[in-house]
Amino acid sequence: MTTIDLNLTAAPEIPAGDPPLKAKDFASDQEVRWCPGCGDYAILATVRGFLPELGIARQNLMFVSGIGCSSRFPYYLNAYGLHSIHGRAPAIATGLAMTRPDLSVWVVTGDGDALSIGGNHLIHALRRNVNLTILLFNNRIYGLTKGQYSPTSEVGKITKSTPLGSIDHPFNTVSLVLGAEATFVARALDSDRKGLGAVLRAAAQHRGTAFVEILQDCPIFNDGSFDLIRKEGAEQRLIPIAHGAPITFGDNGENCVVRSGFGLAVARTGDTPTADIVVHDAYTDDPEYAFALSRLSEQGLDHVVTGVFRAVDRPAYDDTGRAQLAAARECGSGAADAVQELITGRETWTIAEPRKL
Amino acid sequence: MPHRVKPPCAEQNTAVVAAFETPASVAWQRGIRSPPGVTAGARKRVQMTSGVDATKLEQVVIRFAGDSGDGMQLTGDRFTSEAASFGNDLATQPSYPAEIRAPQGTLPGVSSFQIQIADYDILTAGDHPDVLVAMNPAALKANVGDLPRGATIIANTDEFSTRNLAKVGYSANPLEDGSLEDFTVHAVPMTSLTIGAVAPSGVGKKDGQRAKNMFALGLLSWMYQRSPAATEKFLRAKFATKPEVAEANTLAFKAGWNYGETTEAFASTFEVAPAQLPAGTYRQITGNTALGYGIVVAGQLAGLPVFLGAYPITPASDILHELSKRTNIGVRTFQAEDEIAAVGAALGASLGGALGVTSTSGPGLALKGETIGLAVMTELPLLVIDVQRGGPSTGLPTKTEQADLLQAMFGRNGESPVAVVAPRSPADCFAAAIEAARIALTYRTPVLLLSDGAIANGSEPWAIPSIDQLDPIDPRFEPEGTQGFQPYARDPETLARPLAVPGTKGLEHRIGGLEKADGTGDISYEPANHELMVRLRQAKINGISVPDVEVDDPSDAAELLIIGWGSSYGPIGEACRRARRRGVQVAHVHLRHLNPFPANLGTVLGKYSTVVAPEMNTGQLAVLLRARYLVNVQPWTKIQGLAFSAEELAGVIDRALDGSLGDLESSKAGDARARATYRRNEEL
Repeated sequence: MTTIDLNLTAAPEIPAGDPPLKAKDFASDQEVRWCPGCGDYAILATVRGFLPELGIARQNLMFVSGIGCSSRFPYYLNAYGLHSIHGRAPAIATGLAMTRPDLSVWVVTGDGDALSIGGNHLIHALRRNVNLTILLFNNRIYGLTKGQYSPTSEVGKITKSTPLGSIDHPFNTVSLVLGAEATFVARALDSDRKGLGAVLRAAAQHRGTAFVEILQDCPIFNDGSFDLIRKEGAEQRLIPIAHGAPITFGDNGENCVVRSGFGLAVARTGDTPTADIVVHDAYTDDPEYAFALSRLSEQGLDHVVTGVFRAVDRPAYDDTGRAQLAAARECGSGAADAVQELITGRETWTIAEPRKL
Repeated sequence: MPHRVKPPCAEQNTAVVAAFETPASVAWQRGIRSPPGVTAGARKRVQMTSGVDATKLEQVVIRFAGDSGDGMQLTGDRFTSEAASFGNDLATQPSYPAEIRAPQGTLPGVSSFQIQIADYDILTAGDHPDVLVAMNPAALKANVGDLPRGATIIANTDEFSTRNLAKVGYSANPLEDGSLEDFTVHAVPMTSLTIGAVAPSGVGKKDGQRAKNMFALGLLSWMYQRSPAATEKFLRAKFATKPEVAEANTLAFKAGWNYGETTEAFASTFEVAPAQLPAGTYRQITGNTALGYGIVVAGQLAGLPVFLGAYPITPASDILHELSKRTNIGVRTFQAEDEIAAVGAALGASLGGALGVTSTSGPGLALKGETIGLAVMTELPLLVIDVQRGGPSTGLPTKTEQADLLQAMFGRNGESPVAVVAPRSPADCFAAAIEAARIALTYRTPVLLLSDGAIANGSEPWAIPSIDQLDPIDPRFEPEGTQGFQPYARDPETLARPLAVPGTKGLEHRIGGLEKADGTGDISYEPANHELMVRLRQAKINGISVPDVEVDDPSDAAELLIIGWGSSYGPIGEACRRARRRGVQVAHVHLRHLNPFPANLGTVLGKYSTVVAPEMNTGQLAVLLRARYLVNVQPWTKIQGLAFSAEELAGVIDRALDGSLGDLESSKAGDARARATYRRNEEL
């Protein structure tokens, strides 16, 4: 995948860091305690490698997480961090983003944390478009509680809590967040360092909530969950997208994406007129297109789209709030004793020194 | 009045009473007189220029009651403003249904507003109304039981139709059948008089009849000789965009005034002189507004931006409304998707170095528990306001109760101590909020502030403090360049941990909900460290510096102590005054700090042979006091969604002294059980 220039300005309030930092500058003194082979290691390495590109100082980086394996992430980064409680990271991060425009606020979460117990906070952060970058590590299992199925587990998943197979239909994560009015949506695979780096870069440039789903293996409780898109034949399933490029995939681009009914479908490139191959447009305002793209991905992993699905401009909640505050301050009396005036109010009466009743 | 704050403007003390507008050219303002210089004496008639006698009163209790769409709260608020600017001491208590518009004319739809005005320092909105304004039969029926013999009823006869009477179960018109002979009844066709009066304004019949509450206000304003100018100004401002509606309301108000003046139906007006409160500049204020102001001022005292995260909930929403209007002074509010997000965002703001506040009521506090626990573990400042209402579950949303004390104390997993403070009256909410913020910032802890429905919507005069005379709050954030920073190395005196807010160069660190190693704050599962940290967190809360309780015992010889907390201050205080007037010696202690308790509390409790704790719950403070001090605190409990009346607590004092209180209290549980048994027997 190629780097995408989304031509959006990064947060202007965040001061630039000096001197330039390296990946190792973002390693904390804590021993990393994920299981051997966990996809989180690869993500951590990619994020540490990417952070110097942001060009901001460590003290202006804030990582907020919830509960779960992925949520240990902040401990391993030398920045400010809060390992909070289950599902609530987007809410806590919203309070930070609203009051601290000088911080780059990141949320690290998982499929259980963000889509199950914290689903409400996720969708509301997205619709508000708060200045946050949300990294959702989706391993389709509950790891920290030792192996129950998650809201992204495929139907029929046999786990400790579903010995007969899970019977609930999973979320399509990207469809869900698009339905929640997300302005930036992307997906990457943990082991695809280049693709993940590109997506992070685009996410960091987005003003508003940038949502990134990172597909990731849990070698202990859901080993090989994404083997279909990692091993032999993966190129027949993975559909990388890049803004402005026709969507083709497979050996020598033998497959492509075309319009079909209300949505999109996969076709053979050789059987398709070039004009019918969909050219990816991440900037289109219509969420229907990105949604149709998201529907190409199924729980069975027949196809998985990666890259930036959607990146559109919409005023960020906290930016607008700050603008309201600034405007109100200008319109207000501006007097140093505005608070005293407020509490004094308009209807007062004064009582002189006591007199005998 | 409780807890007065230092008067701000000494140079203003020369003026006795506030601006008193008397445009002499207006004929209908005859009757307005300057406030009298002398008061006292129960009833004394004075000949007035208009030819109607004025009876002097020390105090009066008035209740406006009508359908929930009749505008009774607005009417009450306006009468309150008139009384306040006149200089009376006052206390108000609204009562309204949980339904926005219950079926018209029914008992559940009755909304009322009670005000006591007095020429002396009062503590409550009064036990029994001396005057009831009943806008319909439902309002009469719902309230007539509260009236003492001799009370005055002013009824809107236009609404006493056969149909409306039947709606509330009256078979005959009580205004005519002699059933109200214990009272002085004024039957006034307010609706039709209003419609007639507003005709020149050009409004339709619907808007016209809606102004009947202003007719009632005009009549009462005449009866109590209140300045009409301020109300007219208020109406013009309120309906500035609808001049014809403003005109209609003004006409209705004048019509009510003139009705009193000209019909001779009322033999006398009444005069309640200004009260001699401590010197100062006053305004009228409700509890929720005072909480909002306290939060704003606390932010200013600490030099921190204020952030309120809230989810709408009765009866706390007015705090959100109040602070949402304050963007011009930098207050940021966030209407969250739920109670959990509201407290989460507040904690995030605290983490970022703002004054993080969340406001809610009992059901919301239950949802916030886990996040408050995170604030306990991460030792971050957080102000949590619980405006208590009747519970459990949805309970009685618009009614008052004090049943969240134990939830505030213990409603979280693990050993999770927090500071708990409670305001005692509407105006006291201001000082309580500042005190709560001071504790939160000084000790890096969540502080729960327990207000309740009675305080939230009730109002009273407030001596406006001068902010520059209040003590500043130092949040003591760690500066850049701090050497050897450790997030959990404590201040040896307060045990508070150092706070380095994000953005502070060189102090980057991680905190979270997992147990912390003492000093470094790294994750630690070490057994001895966990015990140490639990004890340190507890010791920090136990060591919060709070002032000693003051004992109100003028005789210094009482053997009975009444101890309360929160909104029962008024009725307990008034009951004690009444008892003392009868020569009964009784002491009163009222707790601002519920966790930790004041250091002298154990000694104080030990001095009295009988200690009684009246509470609007099943005895939660009594549980805490008994457990902590091994003192035989007797609970006196009431769980009706209603504040105590001074009258009933005066009776409690007598029963405590004659030794029968314990049996009366313990019989309550037995009686409840018996009720269920009887019903079952009847069914069988």
